[in-house]
Amino acid sequence: MTMLDAPVDTQTLTLANAINAGLRRALHDDDKVVLLGEDIGTLGGVYRVTDGLQREFGARRVVDTPLAEAGILGTAVGLAYRGYRPVCEIQFDGFIYPAFDQIVAQVAKLHYRTQGAVRMPITIRVPFGGGIGAAEHHSESPEAYFTHTSGLRVVAVSNPQDAYTMIRQAIASDDPVLYFEPKRRYHQKAPVELDGSLSLTEPMGSARVVVPGDDVTLLAYGPLVQTATDAARAATADGISVEVIDLRSLAPVDYATIEASVRRTGRLVIAHEAGSQGGVGGEIAASVTERCFSYLEHAPVRVTGFDVPYPPSRLEVHHLPGLDRILDGVDRALGRSNSLSELEAGW
Amino acid sequence: MLNGIRNDCAGCPVGLSWKHHPQCRGWSTGSAHEASPFAVATEKVAQTMTIHQSLPPLIDASSVPSDAMVQLITPTGARRQNPVFDPWVASLTPDELRGLYEDMVVVRRTDAEATALQRQGELGLWPPVLGQEAAQIGSGRALRHDDFVFSSYREHGVAYCRGVKPAQVTPVWRGVAASGWNPYDVNMAAPQVIIGAQTLHAVGYAMGVQNDGDDAVAIAYFGDGATSEGDVNEAMVFAASFQAPVIFFCQNNQWAISEPVGLQAQRSIADRAPGFGIPSLRVDGNDVLAVMAATRVALDRARTGGGPTFIEAVTYRMGPHTTADDPTRYRPQGELEEWRAKDPIARFAAFLTEAGILDDAFAAAVAEKADAVAMELRTACIALRDPAALTVFDNVYAEPNSTIDRERDQYTRYLAMFDDGETDAATATAASGTASGAAAATAPGAAPATEGTDR
Repeated sequence: MTMLDAPVDTQTLTLANAINAGLRRALHDDDKVVLLGEDIGTLGGVYRVTDGLQREFGARRVVDTPLAEAGILGTAVGLAYRGYRPVCEIQFDGFIYPAFDQIVAQVAKLHYRTQGAVRMPITIRVPFGGGIGAAEHHSESPEAYFTHTSGLRVVAVSNPQDAYTMIRQAIASDDPVLYFEPKRRYHQKAPVELDGSLSLTEPMGSARVVVPGDDVTLLAYGPLVQTATDAARAATADGISVEVIDLRSLAPVDYATIEASVRRTGRLVIAHEAGSQGGVGGEIAASVTERCFSYLEHAPVRVTGFDVPYPPSRLEVHHLPGLDRILDGVDRALGRSNSLSELEAGW
Repeated sequence: MLNGIRNDCAGCPVGLSWKHHPQCRGWSTGSAHEASPFAVATEKVAQTMTIHQSLPPLIDASSVPSDAMVQLITPTGARRQNPVFDPWVASLTPDELRGLYEDMVVVRRTDAEATALQRQGELGLWPPVLGQEAAQIGSGRALRHDDFVFSSYREHGVAYCRGVKPAQVTPVWRGVAASGWNPYDVNMAAPQVIIGAQTLHAVGYAMGVQNDGDDAVAIAYFGDGATSEGDVNEAMVFAASFQAPVIFFCQNNQWAISEPVGLQAQRSIADRAPGFGIPSLRVDGNDVLAVMAATRVALDRARTGGGPTFIEAVTYRMGPHTTADDPTRYRPQGELEEWRAKDPIARFAAFLTEAGILDDAFAAAVAEKADAVAMELRTACIALRDPAALTVFDNVYAEPNSTIDRERDQYTRYLAMFDDGETDAATATAASGTASGAAAATAPGAAPATEGTDR
């Protein structure tokens, strides 16, 4: 789309600015929306995602909190009890653990424990993932802890348009939502339609086919959607048609879209930065195998971060699934020559 | 706080210096007045560090008196005059005083009934409130309907004050429902089992009240053990920073299961709050009048923009932690007797009798009512049936969710495979709180065990 034929309500925004625009819109539309977090007010967030919002909406709606993650989530629970829609920022992925009890034992369960009387429309924004050369505890992918927890919804955005639409959907949801932001894509730009009505957009739980293809289904979310798209383009040069699906929602998973693709391709590759053990990829691989075993031409393949603590940043190039490792996974799914060929032949 | 050093006792309702006002001994503000050793000690630290660069002197915590306690009725029922706190209960009519007595008697009686129901296998578990009636009735009856309670699992007395019905008390402990009441009907949250987590919820609720420009107050109930939890400490930081209209109501019942309060705190618990910038009160938790006065003071502060208050109600858990506990393994000999002599109901009855407010006829009527409420609780409890199998999937989410929908559909089809439909299959596959192990082990399709279907 060029700027000439773009509608007047479309602006080219970075992913971070798109979230900012979505937050501004939500604060404007609903005075029960409040933002809580460390450094989100005066500073505008360490990534400037909340830049200018406190100035516009005041310190009671965009709240700089004390440095206590359990405190942020616990007070959000109380605000939700009172009828508010809190949006909490966890400054970095690795800082979410002090809030773990409040998230899994309180936020996730209160609707169930009160038999539906009390709603927890809480959005928890989490910048996640590596690839930015950060210090320890600043590059993690903790999403599987939360996809494992009933009562939570978990989404990960990959591009500015989804970032804008899905933050609004998350805030509007009457269920608690973990909203994972790919911090290494914060500065990626794209045109964003800003005036879309939420009722006209796709539901938050839906996956999206980013690149259509016929030979292999490649699933990714968050920061790896771009990498997967690049891999699909590279595979085309080898005559391989890869269908890339942006999962978008990690809990619940849109199996209808995935199954429709796998039934055509018969081959599934799943890529994520988090380690494989107990991860999102393993769960999807198992479920797809249960649901369309007879359509599969090859066992599902996972391409993931290693099952190691997040390494020092000079090692992250090895840890993170890059374009080449994803292509190697595609080769494995196709039974082509790949990193495991000799090993498998040896068996 | 040190920038605003004042010579008065910041939290004192009469505004006098702590050391010049012995009646105010229950108050502890820590940093605000001239007698504060904290302010002096900090100054010394600063001097030492700049001049001597040697070992910094430690702040001597033991120099702060910490065991004083507001008491309006002595353990033997004598009224103690207190010009600071008396005015806060002066308006109570004889009927209202009799009402406090009745509440405590009813709560103790229903608590005993619930314990009996657990012993008879009708409840899975029960955490008795025995001994803490004054702390809960005195504070609970001070609240307005639009105040909001965030409690732990032992606040049966508070729940009674909020209007929770006897029939709503036992479903959770029988395991037939996730909750007993709609929090918004009585303005009391679902009781909290995670120790201390609810204090943060109370602070968040209070922040919401503040945003709404309302004058309601949130009150968090928790125990001495909870004060060690990070959540409680974070809650005090948030409450102080935002001056939230919240009351931290700590029932120090001396024991956290088997751990004595000395393991949680080396000083009185009330002394901890001033370090957070929250004025605190230490009150005799077995004295219903003193508790009510203290709670009213705190409520008034919160309603008028004075921010949070911390109340330590010194009481005693006369029963076990729960019906699964055995306090004889840890309770020192004689301790229970010592506290029995300070019983909250006996002392209030003695006071009311002496004042000519309570006579044998009224006491007998109250006992009769307590029996009736206990019977109501028992009858309602025994009548509770196991919920329908498919309700296990209800209310996980507020909105439709494909994960839950799929599991519900699948389990519905599974249940439909059995001749007798859902009920029998549910009985055969799920061990209810009252079903025997044999019932749980019954093979699918077999005749359901009697215990299972009867409950």
